[in-house]
Amino acid sequence: MARSVTSQRKTINTVAAWTVGLLIFFPILWTILTSFKTEADAIASPPKFLFFAWTLENYAIVQERSDYMRFLWNSVIIAGGSTLLGIIIAVPAAWSMAFVPSKRTKDILMWMLSTKMLPAVGVLYPIYLMFIKLGLLDTRIGLVIVLMLINLPIIVWMLYTYFKEIPGEILEAARMDGAGLREEILYVLTPMALPGIASTVLLNVILAWNEAFWTLNLTAAKAAPLTAFIASYSSPEGLFYAKLSAASTMAIAPILILGWFSQKQLVRGLTFGAVK
Amino acid sequence: MGTITLSKVTKSFGEVQVIPPLDLTIDDGEFVVFVGPSGCGKSTLLRLIAGLEDVTSGTVKIDGVDATTLPPAKRGLAMVFQSYALYPHMSVRKNIAFPLKMAGMEPAEAEKRIAGAAKVLNLTDYLDRKPGQLSGGQRQRVAIGRAIVREPSAFLFDEPLSNLDAALRVNMRLEISELHQTLKTTMVYVTHDQVEAMTMADKIVVLHAGVIEQVGSPLELYNNPRNKFVAGFIGSPKMNFIEGEIATKHNAATIGIRPEHISLSTKSGDWEGVVGVSEHLGSDTFFHVKTKAAGLLNVRASGEVSARHGHKVFLTPDTSKIHRFDKAGNAL
Repeated sequence: MARSVTSQRKTINTVAAWTVGLLIFFPILWTILTSFKTEADAIASPPKFLFFAWTLENYAIVQERSDYMRFLWNSVIIAGGSTLLGIIIAVPAAWSMAFVPSKRTKDILMWMLSTKMLPAVGVLYPIYLMFIKLGLLDTRIGLVIVLMLINLPIIVWMLYTYFKEIPGEILEAARMDGAGLREEILYVLTPMALPGIASTVLLNVILAWNEAFWTLNLTAAKAAPLTAFIASYSSPEGLFYAKLSAASTMAIAPILILGWFSQKQLVRGLTFGAVK
Repeated sequence: MGTITLSKVTKSFGEVQVIPPLDLTIDDGEFVVFVGPSGCGKSTLLRLIAGLEDVTSGTVKIDGVDATTLPPAKRGLAMVFQSYALYPHMSVRKNIAFPLKMAGMEPAEAEKRIAGAAKVLNLTDYLDRKPGQLSGGQRQRVAIGRAIVREPSAFLFDEPLSNLDAALRVNMRLEISELHQTLKTTMVYVTHDQVEAMTMADKIVVLHAGVIEQVGSPLELYNNPRNKFVAGFIGSPKMNFIEGEIATKHNAATIGIRPEHISLSTKSGDWEGVVGVSEHLGSDTFFHVKTKAAGLLNVRASGEVSARHGHKVFLTPDTSKIHRFDKAGNAL
């Protein structure tokens, strides 16, 4: 007998799902709301939820005080560049692990993942010194390299999982048809793995966009992305919640919009291979 | 040209040797079938010829040229896979064009060849479809189309029909045989189905545990199997093997007699028995008969014979068609 879902049960499920969703989203919603309040309303107790004097003042002040476009541009370069570089390195790496595995492939994959378990601050000192030596401090290229390395294990792992789903016989057919390694990856593997590659790119753009540890520690003025832009509003001379919220909203808006438009792709990519 | 020569070829996966030293020559224009039970190494052997697996030792020559270390792309062979292995993101036209594109052929010439292949394989109306929109038989034809446009020196088929239903399999079998008559190109075909082997091959290579048991034309293998394995594998239903007193009378450890070489009578004969299962196909009737003298025997009778389960029957072997084997299973 098919499981029947009563309408009462459906309502309960819907309410529960919305509650969890709102709970998760609430901090972001609160930030956005606060960005439209005056500083006095922002720290009012009890907090004002919707009924306050809406103002755009904070946005105007933030815009006046700092060059948002410069931070945004840095974020775009750093997130986009590190993801692109990561994909270029990870596609051949994942190809070899998925299709010509050696005895140690599983170990290498686990080792790569284990690097993600190390607290970032543990390697801050050596990386900082290397950056000084190489003149990479406060440069976009330096951050592109560091964020690429930080996210590379995730990119390789994700691509490896997608590539494993592609039947090896199709790649063998390409080889029989006269394709060399480059043609095999370019004309057959990549187009077939495109949904997986797309969601890997999306996820990594989001991760790199939101990365705050390295972007804050390795930049000063020139290469500072939006995370530094937010941080600059939590100043020691007193907290300005409304302005901080306005800056945060401006920083997360682009990635929120990107995520909203690509949510189908993201969900499909992340659950790819989970159900067959 | 399409001569393939394997000399002292071996293949090991880690510690396990799946193909002990093996020699084989495939002549130009021949239709050669590798047949054997699953795990006998027939697909591995094909992949060694294709270059998809590296030989552990020995040499593979194609048209007299040492191809042992050549990558698959450089061997000039085309392969049709069991799973069709079509490129799902490309249309039928692009699938067939892919090897030509890889060879850097002029688009006009490529288009001409694609049209030619599509006509031969009845694919003209489907050229702009994706593989996902085709039936199994059509997909297999696309895979064959992709192989023939390159005009390779030999075709390799790896169990190409096992994913098709029975009726379609018979049709495709004929189509591939016809294709061979037209193209006269060497074809190497792997199957576990001895009927496919018997009906299609010029030369059958029977493999067992990586070892070539016998090479010969279908009728050579049927009439003069070199050992018990080949005798049992070729022919359907399977050959009956009888040991003991009856075999000793023929100066052998075991004798073999094919089901079609035993006559069945309800009145008299050499061996008395009782019908177990009877399979009535109309054109033939197969009986499983329990005899006291020779054990359980398969018997094939031409046309409809009305003996049923539990009936008493008499069997008489055609003594001129008896195969004799020694203790090691080799033919005497």
